[in-house]
Amino acid sequence: MSQLRVATLLLAGLVVATILGPMLAPDPQAIDLMARLAPPSAAHWLGTDELGRDLLARLLAGGRVSLIVAAATALVAAGIGTVIGLVAGYVGGRADGLLMRLTDGVMALPLLPLLIVLAAIDPAKLGLPGRVQASEAFAIARIVVIIALVGWTIVARLVRAATQSIKARDFVRAAEAVGVPPFRIMLHHILPNVASPVVVATTLSVGNIILVESALSFLGLGLRPPASSWGNMLTGAMDSVWIAPSLALWPGLAIFLAVLAFNLLGDALQSAIDPRQGHS
Amino acid sequence: MGVTRLLQSLAVLLAMSALVYGLMALMPGDPIDLMIAGDPHLSAADALRLKALYGLDQPWGERYLRWLARLLHGDLGYSRLYAKPVAAALAPALLNTLILSSTALAVSLVLALPLGLLAAWRPGSMADRAINLFAFASLSLPTFWLGLMLIALFAVQLGWLPAGGGDGASALLLPAATLGLAGIGQFTRHMRAAMIGEAHHDYVRTARAKGCSPIQVVLGHQLRNALIPVVVILGLELGGLFSGALITETVFAWPGMGRLVFEAVMGNDFNLALIGLLLTTAATLTGSVLADFATRWLDPRVRRP
Repeated sequence: MSQLRVATLLLAGLVVATILGPMLAPDPQAIDLMARLAPPSAAHWLGTDELGRDLLARLLAGGRVSLIVAAATALVAAGIGTVIGLVAGYVGGRADGLLMRLTDGVMALPLLPLLIVLAAIDPAKLGLPGRVQASEAFAIARIVVIIALVGWTIVARLVRAATQSIKARDFVRAAEAVGVPPFRIMLHHILPNVASPVVVATTLSVGNIILVESALSFLGLGLRPPASSWGNMLTGAMDSVWIAPSLALWPGLAIFLAVLAFNLLGDALQSAIDPRQGHS
Repeated sequence: MGVTRLLQSLAVLLAMSALVYGLMALMPGDPIDLMIAGDPHLSAADALRLKALYGLDQPWGERYLRWLARLLHGDLGYSRLYAKPVAAALAPALLNTLILSSTALAVSLVLALPLGLLAAWRPGSMADRAINLFAFASLSLPTFWLGLMLIALFAVQLGWLPAGGGDGASALLLPAATLGLAGIGQFTRHMRAAMIGEAHHDYVRTARAKGCSPIQVVLGHQLRNALIPVVVILGLELGGLFSGALITETVFAWPGMGRLVFEAVMGNDFNLALIGLLLTTAATLTGSVLADFATRWLDPRVRRP
């Protein structure tokens, strides 16, 4: 079976399970203190966690959140990167110099420590009302924004390089000659031609984003309980590693499979659009 | 070129210091609030006097400039969390991270370079595909989960190794294995790509034509050139290793830089967090500058203008 097919099947399985799962599985928030850390049974297929919540239900609900966050972050980051790359590549000159220095600067920063500082910011000091701060949508939006803010650099560089080579082509020159405004040229003539490297880079970035989000949630800075994400399920599992070492197995395995699927998919797409790389 | 790179790195460092200083002001609580919370005898007037004493009533920009001036005079400030000067709190952590990172790097390289060579020997072969899958698995592993699994296996189930803390070689084994295993995938892939990239060059054909054995061609000719991009990646990864150790250090309670910075940020220890973050940034920048110089030193073709 080809790498592309394995990755697609794996991803499709995960997406279907996380969409359908929460409808079929028991309530992921239902606490049953009499059945803490129960082994797998007919009622709880994977057993229960340290508060007696069904592990499989939490795994599926958490997976939905983790996958939505990762996809949204990848799209936002790709959007920022595409705009910056297009402007830098097409306008050139001083704007290019400035934007690329910015890109180099962000690339040089230590990612995880910076993300920790960003995640620790108090939303009250930014003037957000308390009702907004407490909502789950805000928690998700916050992590998306934080990771996207530092995750756009690779796409920006790719788009800039592709734009530079395309803007010298005849069809762009012709469009310029008949007076098409720069914005339209970037949107209609250049963007469609730089799309495939962006798609590949974005697919490859999703895996990394899942890893970063789960690490932040694991440290208690991403998505916070009671909302479950694969990362914060492992925080609980770490505390009970001495009494229930198998509790940590499933959430991590889920993260691993999701990341692996996106990495394999991105790699397969890359060798499909550029056969010289990959399996030469 | 070297001078420009250094100036650019300094500019990034300066920008990072201003950025982090500004972000710290947005974190929950300020040091005086914490003092008030910890001491019921402090009155509101005392708090105001303390704020004036530490200059916390001044605008942000002024405070930053004053902090910068003190930093340039070698005054790193005092760590509230550890109750000692920042330098004294940082030095042992720095050493611990260096020990952990270099051991992990050695683990990665010792396994990854031969694997990359083997995969590049016959691209597309069974061995290549197996190694490729292994490399992808290593890239996709969440470090903290790998650490937890190793703890669950070797510390909880088998009881062979400590789960964390302590000192000596046995405490280093699990964290170094975790960090090292996580790094294998990347180095393997780069090594393979570099070897395959070199295979089409004329000098390889010449070496074959003059009668070198395949092993001589690969190890004596190709490998030397293929190592150049690998060294560059190594430099770029230096900073990543430094800050990537954060999670591993947290899982294993290894008293290194990453954990120190994390605790300082969480515990509102501004002085320590600032210097820690700047040191981590400096390590990242140093790595990329070193990578640049290493290329020029290793590859005479780059030196030519």
